[in-house]
Amino acid sequence: MRTLTGKRLALFLLLTPLLLYLFLLILLPHLEILNISLRERVSYGVYKFSLASYQEFFSEPLYWLTFLRTAVMSVLTTGITLVIAFPVAWYIAKVARGRSKSVLFLACLIPFWVSELVRTYGWMILLRETGIVSNLLQFIGVVDGPVELLYNDVTVMVGLVYTSMLFMVVPLVSTLEGLDDSMVEAAYDLGGNGWNALKEVVIPYAMPGIVSGCIVVFMLTLGNYLTPTLLGGKDSLWFTEQIFTQFITRFNWEQGSAFGILLLTLSSLMVWLGLKLSRQSFSETVGR
Amino acid sequence: MTSEIDLSCRNINKTFDDFIAVRDVSFEIPRGSFFSILGPSGCGKTTLLRMLAGFLEPSSGDITIKGRSMLGIPPNKRPVNMVFQHLALFPMMTVAENIAYGLRRRKEKPAEIKRKVADALERVGLPGVGDRAISQLSGGQKQRIAIARCLVLEPDVLLLDEPLGALDLKLREHMKVELKKLQQAFGTTFIYITHDQSEAMVMSDNVAVMNSGRFEQVGSPQDLYYNPSTAFVAGFVGESNRFSGTVVSRAGNIVEVKTECGQHLHASERVDLNLASGQKVELFVRPEMIHLSREPQQSTDNSMTGQVENILFDGGNSRLLIRETSSGSEIQVVHPQTSEFSDINKGDTLFLSWKADQSHVFLDTNERGEA
Repeated sequence: MRTLTGKRLALFLLLTPLLLYLFLLILLPHLEILNISLRERVSYGVYKFSLASYQEFFSEPLYWLTFLRTAVMSVLTTGITLVIAFPVAWYIAKVARGRSKSVLFLACLIPFWVSELVRTYGWMILLRETGIVSNLLQFIGVVDGPVELLYNDVTVMVGLVYTSMLFMVVPLVSTLEGLDDSMVEAAYDLGGNGWNALKEVVIPYAMPGIVSGCIVVFMLTLGNYLTPTLLGGKDSLWFTEQIFTQFITRFNWEQGSAFGILLLTLSSLMVWLGLKLSRQSFSETVGR
Repeated sequence: MTSEIDLSCRNINKTFDDFIAVRDVSFEIPRGSFFSILGPSGCGKTTLLRMLAGFLEPSSGDITIKGRSMLGIPPNKRPVNMVFQHLALFPMMTVAENIAYGLRRRKEKPAEIKRKVADALERVGLPGVGDRAISQLSGGQKQRIAIARCLVLEPDVLLLDEPLGALDLKLREHMKVELKKLQQAFGTTFIYITHDQSEAMVMSDNVAVMNSGRFEQVGSPQDLYYNPSTAFVAGFVGESNRFSGTVVSRAGNIVEVKTECGQHLHASERVDLNLASGQKVELFVRPEMIHLSREPQQSTDNSMTGQVENILFDGGNSRLLIRETSSGSEIQVVHPQTSEFSDINKGDTLFLSWKADQSHVFLDTNERGEA
């Protein structure tokens, strides 16, 4: 047997906390969740292998419709975030200079100094029936009575986009900063217009940043619990709420675990699909 | 070469806030010639080039290409293409896609594009690299692809913004010759900007020397070298020994100058400056114009005696640093690698001489560009 000496030993010692973290807090719980999801309680303390929880998911429309709805809305959120964040990132990376650049970057970061819960309550203060926006609309005479702006899909989407902005802006700024200005000029010089330059040069160049931003935003949105629950209320029908309900309200750990595994499968599948479609690799985008 | 004018600039000015980048520049470039703009960094040559490309609009003056005014025409509509300093090849496209980019913008047929790309690659001497990624090319190959990407569009004028700057010395020497050959093969008008006088001299039919926004002199490389019309050109183009002094007397067009170190030198006034006694002047002598000998020389316009202080060996380009005995000033002289001078050692005494018309004299200016 080879003895561990010098560099190799140091490497293993340094890796130990990371490996322990990955194993104990990520891998082990997930294996247990997978295990729980694949069993059925027969009587007190007695379980048998079963796919009943998964069957339940597919036979109950509320479950799989919520699942689908969550997926579609997460994709939409990712798309909207990208469209809004791209010009912002372009401005920070290419137009702003010196001090204003760092100030703008900081402005994107500042909302994250406040806890997500408090931020979301901030939105509620603005948007509820007796809230600031409703009162303002009544004051200037646009509406007659109080308007409820909470508890609809648009509000949920606004909240999700707002929460995700930074995670899209940061990777975009870092890739766009690497884009040589003369490359855009060359695109013009060779006969292209603004649209060609964007489509043929800027976007392909920024693709690693776009994909990595989209992956992060999609994953965060899909697994978000607070924003859809608070802004969407009872009707928000976000899949994480179903998981919460199964675990906490129904105390049905088998069903909750099955949902957890399904959500993990969904996000892995979507990320894989996104990478395939954009012809990027995981290591080139998120790994950078 | 026809005498037809491809590009002409009339009284071009460009100011940024209160800074004047380009002042009253006018020139004409005949079709198919290689024109260089040579100047130190910050002299406004890049600004001038960007105005020709259309990225900047002149504050006043007119640019015409084949008789058509280019004012207000955006870069993508001008019959001009540019090779950027860092080439700006698109890294996410293959070589062929890079070259085809401009053709696709013109909505040419795919078969036609394919033929033209293959033809362009052939002409720059890189057939069959079309499928490679840009990162797989060497520096010199990238250079040629950047040129092919422009020339495939058959522009009236090709602008080159110091594209050889990033290459190592050997490759740069090679690419100079290559560029000149490409220009002759395509017959396109090239405008090349550089701060490297050797690049400008080797490749160009005509060179404009630019300094603080102005054209100091426009002429053939030989003209600039042998007949500089200003002190800046004499100092910037080629190497020169420079002496500052005052005019003592003049006989005909021969001016006698007393240098700050006390030497009396004679130079012929080539450009009509009407130099008179007491005026401050600068006198230039090229290291290769100075005649060396081991014996005292008779009856020359200028003669000096000095000791060899240093031998700067650089093959055929070797120099001797000579300290003049009486005044203590330092002079650079070409070290001929002939048998007569091959055994020169530090401390040897040598006699230097040159004729009045082998040196140049100009009014002293405050602009001191070092070569």
